[in-house]
Amino acid sequence: MKKKTGLLLLAIFCSLLFVVAACSNDTGSKKDSGKNTEAEGSGSSGEKTLVFGRGADSIQLDPSKVTDGESLNVTIQIYDTLVKYNPEDTEVQPSLATEWNVSDDGKKWTFKLRDDVKFHDGTDFTAEDVVYNFERWQTGAEFIYYGYMFGATEDNLKGIVDKVEATGDYEVTFTLSEPNAPFLNTVAMSAFGIASPEAIEKYGEDYSKHPVGTGPFVFEEWVPDDQITLKKNEDYFGEVAKLDKVVFKTIPDNGARFMELQSGTIDVMNGLNPQDIQTVEGDDNLQIIRRPSMNVAYMAMNTDKEGPMADKKVRQAINMAVDKEQLITLFEGVGKAAKNPIPPSLWGYNDDVEDYKYDPDKAKALLAEAGYADGFDVSLYIFSNPRDYMPQPKVTAQAIQEMLKKVNINVKIVESDWDTHLEATENGKHDMAFLGWTGDNGDPDNFLYVLLDKDNAKMGSAGNIAFYKSDELHDLLKQAQVEMDQEKRSDLYKKAQELVHEDAPWLPIAHTTPPLAANKKVKNYQPHPTGGEAFNLVDIQ
Amino acid sequence: MLKYIIRRLAMLIPVLLGVSLITFSLIHLIPGDPARSMLGEKASQQQLELLREEMGLNDPFIVQYGRFLGHIAQGDLGTSIQKKEDIASQLMEKLPATMELAIFAMILAVIIGVLAGVVAAIKQYSWFDNLSMTGALFGVSLPIFWLGLMMIWLFSVKFNILPPSGRLTAGVELNSITNFYLLDSILTGNWTAFKDAFSHLLMPGVALATIPMAIIARMTRSSMLEVMRQDYIRTANAKGLKKGLVVFQHALKNAFLPVLTVIGLQFGLLMGGAVLTETIFSWPGVGRYVYLAVLGRDYPIVQSAILVIAVIFVLVNLLTDLLYKYIDPRIKYN
Repeated sequence: MKKKTGLLLLAIFCSLLFVVAACSNDTGSKKDSGKNTEAEGSGSSGEKTLVFGRGADSIQLDPSKVTDGESLNVTIQIYDTLVKYNPEDTEVQPSLATEWNVSDDGKKWTFKLRDDVKFHDGTDFTAEDVVYNFERWQTGAEFIYYGYMFGATEDNLKGIVDKVEATGDYEVTFTLSEPNAPFLNTVAMSAFGIASPEAIEKYGEDYSKHPVGTGPFVFEEWVPDDQITLKKNEDYFGEVAKLDKVVFKTIPDNGARFMELQSGTIDVMNGLNPQDIQTVEGDDNLQIIRRPSMNVAYMAMNTDKEGPMADKKVRQAINMAVDKEQLITLFEGVGKAAKNPIPPSLWGYNDDVEDYKYDPDKAKALLAEAGYADGFDVSLYIFSNPRDYMPQPKVTAQAIQEMLKKVNINVKIVESDWDTHLEATENGKHDMAFLGWTGDNGDPDNFLYVLLDKDNAKMGSAGNIAFYKSDELHDLLKQAQVEMDQEKRSDLYKKAQELVHEDAPWLPIAHTTPPLAANKKVKNYQPHPTGGEAFNLVDIQ
Repeated sequence: MLKYIIRRLAMLIPVLLGVSLITFSLIHLIPGDPARSMLGEKASQQQLELLREEMGLNDPFIVQYGRFLGHIAQGDLGTSIQKKEDIASQLMEKLPATMELAIFAMILAVIIGVLAGVVAAIKQYSWFDNLSMTGALFGVSLPIFWLGLMMIWLFSVKFNILPPSGRLTAGVELNSITNFYLLDSILTGNWTAFKDAFSHLLMPGVALATIPMAIIARMTRSSMLEVMRQDYIRTANAKGLKKGLVVFQHALKNAFLPVLTVIGLQFGLLMGGAVLTETIFSWPGVGRYVYLAVLGRDYPIVQSAILVIAVIFVLVNLLTDLLYKYIDPRIKYN
């Protein structure tokens, strides 16, 4: 009897193991799990490995299909774009293309390409490959950034890019349906990294797990939710990386990630809690690296809703009733008060605009003028989790609540998670709402047109959640889109900012410099305003 | 007994149906849109709509649930939304990590918990009793995320003697056979890897063990106290049997039944992946996998993973029930 029971117990235990094993109906998994050891990382003597700690894993390594920073920060190492941004700002410099010109009507862009570039899989890079990539992006809505930047719709997947042709082995010509001044800045975005057509064909659906580009680092291994390993591209046409390997490690908890940095198991981290900045500054082994600001945090006022918010005077009064200098102290040293929708680092920034002065009495008078002497109730929709441009949304909202109370405006804070917040604000449920924006291509158009033009004030998919509809602004912004002369464009944008200031659809709050923390042995880490940077110049000593 | 086991296994079906229905409903109640969290704020309404359609999110709840059950019935755990990976093989890769951690924590919890409980019981109201039971109270009350962070701070940052996260240091080579690193390193005779894997296991293992250890200690103590008052123990003592023999052979064996129940339940829980511990120590197991999936609103992963966890939980408990027979031969399974 005892023996029998023993056998049965064994059988049960085996069935337990079987359940576990049954989960693997994929023969490929064996191979993958074999790779699961971190042992394949570098570590052998003399190799320089940079370990970058971050809060989330990449989604895909095909940059054309993602918009999340954690994917793009990896793909920017693997791929090159036709042109690229300066390491410190968003001025454009050569990359895969050595020179370019645009026709007088602003519709034809011609790029001369390098003839000495090879993809990581050994195939040669030619003009046909650029054509292949662009035509691929024109085939479906899954190419998010293409659709978004070039205005593709379901009926017109090409957007404004009518034709892409190889006009020579190493020359490619774009024909646009309308002049587009930001075009050059847009093709520099890391989302438009040129991938190896052969690899795309070879891997098909699986391509995003086997990225092949021309960039300074070659993809080596991806252990999902754990880490991604890249190795140096010895044959890089640009400056060959000083690091031998880069490891992107996922450590979800901000506090735990910071302790890993302190203990030396990672070299750089993003998502530093603002309250840890002091600790970093007091630590001899660590350094703070501040990313130049290319963002804005704001409170949009829903001009579309009947009631006080539709009244310009009320919106101006709210701007006067908020003490921005005090508000900015809640940004824990990473923020600078904003007065315009675009950050000062961008060309076209209008520094002559004078911000509304904090003056509750004047605000009250203005409210009385508008017929709201006794005040009113409004909702303020906010998101619950910190974002790069707003480290403490709830506390910031409470401060504004207090300040507005002094002018008899009763604010009811409605807090929800990010997805729900976007859904609610796009559908105009709010009276007032927090939101922010991080620029994509370093062009003022990418702030002003996206966030404030009437074209983008469509219920249900609004970038313009103030639902601010100004024909005057629309004309200025449209003009700036087709004007090729940057100085003239700059003037147009400056005018636009004056207009926005006067109509006050927003309370601009802050521009932040999101901090990274790094070990002091990390040298030459130049954080880029767009939020991602190639590591070929970075060194470890 | 075979009948009993078959009946218990058959009971799995309604349990799993219930679990799947609850998970499925709950996850659809959480605010948030998987299409949105995947595409980000820059996606157009059209792109969002397209993705929702592709993922079948526009179908009525009951249709989605039916489709999910249909796939499960065919043994298909589905594909993740974000990375489009086969969930089954992902779970398979992560289960050994979770099991290794759970088994280690459980061994620790049982050895220390039972010993502390026994000693506390036979030395009732002694300083040891008071100390260990106060300690146990702390053990159940300490939030793991706090304890975990404090341990990392102390042992990794301050003293720098233990690695803060992961399963193996980059650069340490280990050939995976079972994906249980300790076992693999023993099998291949790779002692460098063994030492390294063990040092990685230590902190999360101890953090994870605190709660079960405390519960086991308290359970053992109270159960032992009850048994020690029984007549047959008095008899055994009166016969002049050695104290150790009385305590461990006569008393503990009888006191162990409720303790075993607790051990089984706790072990079942740990095998499902310790979300907090795995997240803090970046332990690449099932718990962290589910946590990241919840953050990314990756519904299929959460659904399938919870189902697999439920199966494991039920099986572990069945195993515990069967172990009763060893401890108490009077138990009959009919």
